[in-house]
Amino acid sequence: MKKPRFSSLYLIFVFIILYTPIFYLIFYSFNAGGNMNHFTGFTWEHYQTLFSDQRILVIVLDTLLIALLSSLVATIVGTFGALGIAGHKKAATRSTLLTLNNVLMVSPDVIIGASFLILFTSLGIGLGFGSVLVSHIAFSIPIVVLMVLPKVNELDPALLNAAQDLGASKAQTFWRVIIPYITPGILSGFFMAFTYSLDDFAVTFFVTGNGFTTLSVEIYSRARQGISLEINALSAVMFIFALLLVVGYYFVNQYSRSRRQRQKRHAQAEVTLR
Amino acid sequence: MKKSKQFFMVPYFLWIALFVVAPLLLILYQSFTDGQGHFTVRNYLTYGSSSVYLKMSLNSLWYAFLITVITLLVSYPAAYILSRLKHQQLWLLLIILPTWINLLLKAYAFIGLFSRAGAVNHFLMFIGIGPKQILFSDFSFLLVASYIEIPFMILPIYNAIVQLDPALPNASRDLGASPWQTFRLVTFPLTLSGVKAGVQAVFIPSLSLFMLTRLIGGNRVITLGTAIEEHFLTTMNWGMGSTIGVILIVMMFVIMMLTNDRKKKRREVLDDEKTTL
Repeated sequence: MKKPRFSSLYLIFVFIILYTPIFYLIFYSFNAGGNMNHFTGFTWEHYQTLFSDQRILVIVLDTLLIALLSSLVATIVGTFGALGIAGHKKAATRSTLLTLNNVLMVSPDVIIGASFLILFTSLGIGLGFGSVLVSHIAFSIPIVVLMVLPKVNELDPALLNAAQDLGASKAQTFWRVIIPYITPGILSGFFMAFTYSLDDFAVTFFVTGNGFTTLSVEIYSRARQGISLEINALSAVMFIFALLLVVGYYFVNQYSRSRRQRQKRHAQAEVTLR
Repeated sequence: MKKSKQFFMVPYFLWIALFVVAPLLLILYQSFTDGQGHFTVRNYLTYGSSSVYLKMSLNSLWYAFLITVITLLVSYPAAYILSRLKHQQLWLLLIILPTWINLLLKAYAFIGLFSRAGAVNHFLMFIGIGPKQILFSDFSFLLVASYIEIPFMILPIYNAIVQLDPALPNASRDLGASPWQTFRLVTFPLTLSGVKAGVQAVFIPSLSLFMLTRLIGGNRVITLGTAIEEHFLTTMNWGMGSTIGVILIVMMFVIMMLTNDRKKKRREVLDDEKTTL
């Protein structure tokens, strides 16, 4: 069994590459020396600076607010978009809509940022919280559509017919059959939109103006000035936050899967009992 | 019912009109204006006749190509191995997790790692090569950009490999093909859709990573993205910026056409199979 050992070594190597920079940042956030080269001693000092930095705290809250609001709105609009695309009878219309949907997915961030900047100026909309929020909604919608659409396509028409034959109203069919069925897609769409928003730098950088800043933009301007271990402390906090999100997402997935399996088993048990 | 359905679709169509179609038209319009808003084709003439712009564009394409090749070479084996593991969901999350860390923080980490007295130079001294200027070079830009794009390449390839019917490679092995033949003639062609999706996800963003060129490349590398950012936010020459933007959009469409084409063909092949069956 030589091969599997080599392959797992390779995978470990990839994981080391992926995580070295992150843990490097976190490691030096405890450095009393004040730089990222020599670890001279352990300190919480940078975390204290971070948590007493009003400016950063406000920016963190703003960033989270933008991410939450934009992903919520994008999820609602995108879910209806996916239902609408799937509902079209003509394949040509569907693929045209899908192409239009994907334009923002494949557009480079700078193009999105620059064209939105032109859009906002030509509409006379001031740059700030509003323009950033609207931009984040706009670039998150297509990912939600792409996450929800496969689930909608999987939806068996027989299921809908059955619901209607059994006397469910349109609204009941929608809320009790369609929505529960596509919920996994909606949830992953929401999570993706949320992370897109948190991670975005380029689009925000273009449409943010002077008064409003998100975390990415703030980190960029600080990183251009050089090393400050406060950013390291911030990265450690954000890593733990991302870790919690990922673990939460994992368990939500596992839970819904095991519940589905349990339901399946129940159904089978009932069938065999009869 | 039909009406209510359309009513719920309104925001989505508004979104398409306002944030997909309108921005593209606006950037096209802007590229044909000068500083006073008059119609002109001078931006395109300047672009076409200036060796600086043309060289920059070719350079940008070349870097994006290199980044794509590096990530593909690292990611395909990783995705393949990943698809053979137990607890795949967990491993997959570990691949996704770094993408949830802000891109700027990762770039910032490399400023520390690559700096003159940083960890990488310590390592180079340790193995006897001696310290090198790593930061602010094209090499560091390539490395950091590839690092950032790796998960975006692994995920689509992984998805394609998982969807591959294991009976096919097994059949190939049973019929006497060597592992390499099986990979080259069965597994790889059948997972090509994932590779193409990955290339699409990596190549196009790589044309526009202006923050990396500034933070890591130290302005030695100028991509199309850097040029656009500079024209829009520093020199305020939106016309020229939009012209470069339009060129970038054209490149994007070319790449999309190159990477989408095959899928259609595959669908046609599938349809053919169905009709013959």
